[in-house]
Amino acid sequence: MKGIRGNEQPAGWLFVAPAVLILGLFMLLPILMALWVSLTRWNGQGSPFTGDVPFAGLDNYTRLFTDEGLTRQDFMTSIRNNAYYVFFVVPIQTVLALGLALIVNNRLLKGKGFFRTAFYFPSVTSSVAISVVFLFMFANGGAINAILSVFGIQGPQWFSDPRGLLHLLFEKLGVSPFLTDSGVFGLSWWDWLSGPSVAMCAIISLVVWTTSGTFMVMFLAALQNVPVQLEEAGMIDGANRWQRLRHIILPQLRPTLFLVITLGLIGTWQVFDQIYVMSQGNPAKTTLTPAFLSYRTAFRDFDYGSGAAISFVLFLIIVVLTLIQRRVTRERD
Amino acid sequence: MRRKLYGAALAAVLVATSACGSGFDDNGSATTQQSAGPADLKIMIASSGDAETKAVQDAAAAWATSSGSKATVTPAQDIVQQLGQALAGSTPPDVFYVDAARFADYASVGALEPYGESFAGVDAFLPNLRQSFTYDGKLYCIPKDTSTLALQINTDLWAKAGLTDADIPTTWEQLRSSAEKLKAKGITPLAIGDTRDRVGAFLVQAGGYWVSADGKQATGDTPQNVEALTYVQGLLKDGLAKYPKAMDAGWAGEAFGKGKAAMAIEGNWIKGALKADFPNIKYTVKELPAGPKGKGTLSFTQCWGVAAKSQFKQQAVAFVQAMTSADQQLSFSKAFGVMPSRQDAQATYQKDNPDDAAFVAGAQYAQGPVNAPKMDSVLADLDSGLQGLQNGSPATVLQRFDKNAKTALGG
Repeated sequence: MKGIRGNEQPAGWLFVAPAVLILGLFMLLPILMALWVSLTRWNGQGSPFTGDVPFAGLDNYTRLFTDEGLTRQDFMTSIRNNAYYVFFVVPIQTVLALGLALIVNNRLLKGKGFFRTAFYFPSVTSSVAISVVFLFMFANGGAINAILSVFGIQGPQWFSDPRGLLHLLFEKLGVSPFLTDSGVFGLSWWDWLSGPSVAMCAIISLVVWTTSGTFMVMFLAALQNVPVQLEEAGMIDGANRWQRLRHIILPQLRPTLFLVITLGLIGTWQVFDQIYVMSQGNPAKTTLTPAFLSYRTAFRDFDYGSGAAISFVLFLIIVVLTLIQRRVTRERD
Repeated sequence: MRRKLYGAALAAVLVATSACGSGFDDNGSATTQQSAGPADLKIMIASSGDAETKAVQDAAAAWATSSGSKATVTPAQDIVQQLGQALAGSTPPDVFYVDAARFADYASVGALEPYGESFAGVDAFLPNLRQSFTYDGKLYCIPKDTSTLALQINTDLWAKAGLTDADIPTTWEQLRSSAEKLKAKGITPLAIGDTRDRVGAFLVQAGGYWVSADGKQATGDTPQNVEALTYVQGLLKDGLAKYPKAMDAGWAGEAFGKGKAAMAIEGNWIKGALKADFPNIKYTVKELPAGPKGKGTLSFTQCWGVAAKSQFKQQAVAFVQAMTSADQQLSFSKAFGVMPSRQDAQATYQKDNPDDAAFVAGAQYAQGPVNAPKMDSVLADLDSGLQGLQNGSPATVLQRFDKNAKTALGG
């Protein structure tokens, strides 16, 4: 390490010290503390870092997966709800954001600035304020049901309807409940196959609407980096609009697509504030999500160990899914 | 290079841990240093509004002046969470409100000082309220006030449907028949909250309840409870009762205030809410209709909890003594409309508030909330069962509750 730059190392550490200290103090340390709490039966009295706190080992984790009981059932219900939520939100918001970006990137569009602002606006508004507005819109006599009734459709009671979409579909098709006796993790297959509840659909539409603006901006930035010449070359070769989009523009957007899907996955698995404001897990636990369940377990039941364990399992889920998604969307040469 | 980075990160963590360590020192709960003489009391309240905050602040100031101590009243935004943080940091407020529904959670982890046993004049407080704050046979804290459920009737809608005072229901059968008459006129008869805290009243009227009196056993799946839930389910199925959400209301009082339902089952708090939000509504308050086993209602209450880790327990108890005197309770009830928890004060209260006769009467036979620790998620699960009661099976809801409650209660 000796040489002309050999003595720069201490200086380097000095320069990064503030960042390392702040990250260590406010991120790494609390995470490690929470990890410790998740291994204990701490009841919230006094410090969790004394000898008096009973050590639980992996009990808090095994209770989530192997022990029959309410803890596992709640946790698995929340996983199911959140999985359906992710399954709907991520693709819809990605496609919508891309579509919006393509529209406002159009060179012939008039009033571009207006549309860009309009589409981005939901993203800069506070999520609590938007949630409250949506509560009114999805009220039984609210705007959504009023519009539906114009078309002769009787809208559902959005926030008190726990029926799952897939269950409703089965009912329409005349399929009676099946596989209700067998299942995994304390939920029957029938319960796993419920689909998002009607109440969850309202939250899904809210989240799609608010976040697609942010992702539109990312797509827009990427689109403006696509050289015009490429598209012109395609035109000369006789490619139509769809072919140009599919074979010229989309491949150029691959890194952004990866970013948008990753951010989408992470954000949707962590959904909390909309749930907290709009439904608190109701009706019939169909909008319960792991993040909200973790909060409720820790701060309402004083079961801090279990609450912390839920959040670490959630963390693992996110990491694993992101790795899988990275593998799937990796560039294949 | 990489190893050095890890080393540096570890060092940073160690430094940070040791710096934090001092803040987490545990003084040991059993041996909190007690100070005599003038105290600096911190009081945390879950205030229902400005009126309550001001009344408690004034009362605390008066006590502070006469006792030579200091008393700071802080209204909490979310008392469960704020207390949780304060208890975890070993610096709880000396005195705080404890809701009966959460009481057992605090008592079971040793956060509360059981001062109730030796409290002067403890017998003046209503026995069923004292029961709400008893854990393992020990009275932990003194109820500060109470409210009970009663039946509110919108007199205009009542008259519009051609009903008279004779139709005011005093039994389940009458409730049903009056409701049918209202429904025939296109009026939604009854608004009832979709939680155990409302539906539970029917269980009491049928002679059952969710848990045994000592709070140690789940008693959900009994014939009485099934009968009660089947009755409520019948009302819901026939459109004779509706949950507030089905009427676009946050709670039954809102549906009632908007005139969407002719009757509601709510507690004393509905008075203030209606006065503030729907001042023009005309209504009367009656006792809840009696079931097969007679009258029954639910009571809600909070107590003045004293922290086990307080440095000023003696002064804190003296403070509670001042806050729960008959005169003070009556002045609180004037200020923000709560019902006194003392029997001697209730008589005066009834004289001053003749409209509240039904609430006061209910206080005599009311059943308190489920009084057992670790039950919050079980009860939340029960609530979601009740939300789906209309299409569910009462027995299934009750069996599920029993199963979950048994695990939580360790029985």
